[in-house]
Amino acid sequence: MMQAADAPLLEATGISKRFGGLTALSEVSVTVKRGEIFGLIGPNGAGKTTLFNVLTGLYRPDGGEFVFGGVRMTGMKPHRVAECGIARTFQNIRLFANMTALENVMVGRHVRTRAGVIGAILRDGATRNEEAAIASRARELLEYVGIAGRAAELAHALPYGDQRRLEIARALATGPGLLALDEPAAGMNATETAELRRLLERVRGDGVTLLLIEHDVKLVMGLCDRVAVLDYGKKIAEGAPVEVKRDPAVIEAYLGGTVA
Amino acid sequence: MDIFVQQLINGLVLGAIYALVALGYTMVYGILGLINFAHGEVVMIGAMVALSVIQVLVASGIALPGPVIAALGLLAAMPVCMVLGFAIERVAYRPLRNAPRLAALITAIGVSILLQNVAMIIWGRQYHSFPALLPSTPHQLAGATINDLQIFIVLLAIAIMAGLLYLVHRTRLGRAMRATSENPEIAGLMGVDINTVISITFVIGSALAAVAGVMISAYYGIAHYFMGFMLGLKAFTAAVLGGIGNLAGAMLGGVLLGVIESLGAGYIGALTGGFLGSHYQDVFAFLVLILVLTLRPSGLLGERVAERS
Amino acid sequence: MSLFFDRWQQLKRDPRVVWAAYIALAALLVALPFVTDWAFGRAWVRILAFALLYIMLALGLNIVVGYAGLLDLGYVAFFAVGAYFYALLASPQFGIHLPFWLLLPLGAAIACTFGVLLGAPTLRLRGDYLAIVTLGFGEIIRIFLVNLNAPINITNGPQGINLIDPIKLGGFSLAQTHPALGLSFPAVYNYYYLFLALTLAVIFFSIRLEDSRIGRAWVAIREDEVAAAAMGINTRNVKLLAFAMGASFGGVSGGLFAGFQGFVSPESFTIIESIMILCMVVLGGMGHIPGVVLGTVLLVVLPEALRYLGPLQQALFGRVLADPADLRLLVFGLALILVMLLRPSGLWPSTVRRRELSADEDVARQEQATVYDASR
Repeated sequence: MMQAADAPLLEATGISKRFGGLTALSEVSVTVKRGEIFGLIGPNGAGKTTLFNVLTGLYRPDGGEFVFGGVRMTGMKPHRVAECGIARTFQNIRLFANMTALENVMVGRHVRTRAGVIGAILRDGATRNEEAAIASRARELLEYVGIAGRAAELAHALPYGDQRRLEIARALATGPGLLALDEPAAGMNATETAELRRLLERVRGDGVTLLLIEHDVKLVMGLCDRVAVLDYGKKIAEGAPVEVKRDPAVIEAYLGGTVA
Repeated sequence: MDIFVQQLINGLVLGAIYALVALGYTMVYGILGLINFAHGEVVMIGAMVALSVIQVLVASGIALPGPVIAALGLLAAMPVCMVLGFAIERVAYRPLRNAPRLAALITAIGVSILLQNVAMIIWGRQYHSFPALLPSTPHQLAGATINDLQIFIVLLAIAIMAGLLYLVHRTRLGRAMRATSENPEIAGLMGVDINTVISITFVIGSALAAVAGVMISAYYGIAHYFMGFMLGLKAFTAAVLGGIGNLAGAMLGGVLLGVIESLGAGYIGALTGGFLGSHYQDVFAFLVLILVLTLRPSGLLGERVAERS
Repeated sequence: MSLFFDRWQQLKRDPRVVWAAYIALAALLVALPFVTDWAFGRAWVRILAFALLYIMLALGLNIVVGYAGLLDLGYVAFFAVGAYFYALLASPQFGIHLPFWLLLPLGAAIACTFGVLLGAPTLRLRGDYLAIVTLGFGEIIRIFLVNLNAPINITNGPQGINLIDPIKLGGFSLAQTHPALGLSFPAVYNYYYLFLALTLAVIFFSIRLEDSRIGRAWVAIREDEVAAAAMGINTRNVKLLAFAMGASFGGVSGGLFAGFQGFVSPESFTIIESIMILCMVVLGGMGHIPGVVLGTVLLVVLPEALRYLGPLQQALFGRVLADPADLRLLVFGLALILVMLLRPSGLWPSTVRRRELSADEDVARQEQATVYDASR
């Protein structure tokens, strides 16, 4: 936090990923600066989610490096990635369906807390304090994303928009430096999208850098400081939204595509 | 050397039987993702029904050649098993298709216990000897012996496997089965009658179980109400070893398991300097399974399930 | 109906009612052996003691299957390890006679080690692959127990180990009848009370674990392993922890079993036993402690109660139509099927899952409850 505002937080260089004969990512490099909202766009199948999965440790890249906050993270296991400060949401919402909203967020605190089996059974002072802190932080976060009233409901019983918010609250509970959002506005109506946008701006305002995949061009253009465009696993453009929009390669890629 | 060949032959025959049973597990698993725990009992019922019919035929004194009697026994067992398989799916599994996964496993166990005990009430607790109806002329092969029955079992297993592969990959029904296993909802939307497809899968699997039951009883000359349980477990192990849900995998897993068991039984003593006797053959089989799954978590021919997110 | 429900909810929150209920339950549990003995005979007190043993086992498996969602079909292996550990070190087999207070924690530790050893190579496996591998491990352990009588006789093979020391607490032998308070406490009563105390401890541990950081991590893995890892849970370690905890519960009950029975043989540790324990967990309501206890008691008591099918037939039809021993398991199998068809989530699933059905009306109440929880 002491570093200059535009210092790189995440630097991925030459990331490649192949599945059998299919090259999902080829030599993709992106740099996300501290405190910005960085958008990742591209037609379906362009490799956006694959890049996300590489960055969050779900996939091992076949080539390339990525460094986050000065730490080399290539090939790290997902839980280590989370520990280092990258949290994520999923394109097709992956909540803990049979846990309450509150419990979902409490799970997010796991990585920042320590109580083990002995503590759980003895429930000593330190464990009780930690539990109380977990619960109160989780409550704060539900409040923060605006679903405090749903704390005791099972995650799968929540309305769709609230599920998206819950996923964000859960990710924020891990205390991330970078929050990676995979299509957070998918399936939302205009009002919900507008609310989401306010929420994301507030998250950024509170010092969390955002990386998002999004199809809603309006949202991306309005929200993001910079965007990178992927097509067939390659990065074809990067820059401020206005510039990228005019880029002939981008227009080409999107012609007949899903967004245009 | 001849011991090796002999154990290889024995293993191959045993493996062919495992494979026949494993096919039933793998077909159901491929379509429903369910361990049909009761499948081993269907095999047992097949053997028992065939045995009863054969006993009646032999006692009646009608002069029929052995293979014909055996075939009649099998012909009687197959429809019984098919109806049984159909009924099991209808009564015990279909209502639970959207329930927690373990619920269906428990009903499967319930069906298994139920069938065992029904069989015990009908056929008693004793071992029944299965008459030697099929020719078992021994032949010499590379210093070992193989008899007609063994050759027949292996050939039959290969023929059935080929037939199944044809069915699944070349026919309309097969396409419907594959679609259902891929995604039942979408298959339903595309006009596949998934209930019928699932029923047919159970019926086919059960018919194979009847064949396997008759074969194994004929091979070992014995039938018993509890025979299906261990056989079922072994066959399921074989299916997992090969990659469950995969037909060729079931065949490969079955044969491998049979061969490993036989060779293990023959050589484990020598391998461990006499420390472990042939009683450890099952340990051998399970160790190989664990090893294979540790290296290839989806079995030998199973799809590698990439993390979807 | 809903009026009754509201009234019930009110009552449930009144601390006086809660205490009264606890005291009544405690009195019932203390008096149970006497009542049972008087009403059904001594054999049923023994069945009660076994029910308690199985509750400990089932709660151990519940951690693995119910919380962490790992389908373990070889759980009986840990029961076997605990039992043989006790049997070998407290019997004439090697002439070693270690005291109970040492054997119990050591048995738990050994079983726990086995849990980790068997768990470690299987953790990459999913669902049914895990099931079959754990099943394989269970069988391997049993096969070793059967065959480790040669070349060196360790386990005494299929005959098993006899003349195991009865459990002694200090100088107090549970195997003798003790007079106290003007009553007489025969061996099986003493075991009942010891098992009751340990079962309550296991229940206490389970409750504490369930409502903890580790418990939440287990459930998170059960619900979605990928998401759990992405939230920073070290899924490998947390799963191993589930195996270890479950195994140590199994090890403890194994030791108790050996001391109680006086002999152990591989026959008690077959795959069918594993399946039975799994049924206990699922039938009652996976992941829900009261459900697991209920399921276990039912599955222990039901087969025993079904022994009365003979006399019942006699009374109804004037003669025995079918051998009750044959019918017993048949009815048991039927019961498993029917219960699952009628109540797929188990007889007594957790309120959290029941809430799916009545989500809206319950929200306010639950919210209050959770606020209260957090302020403890």
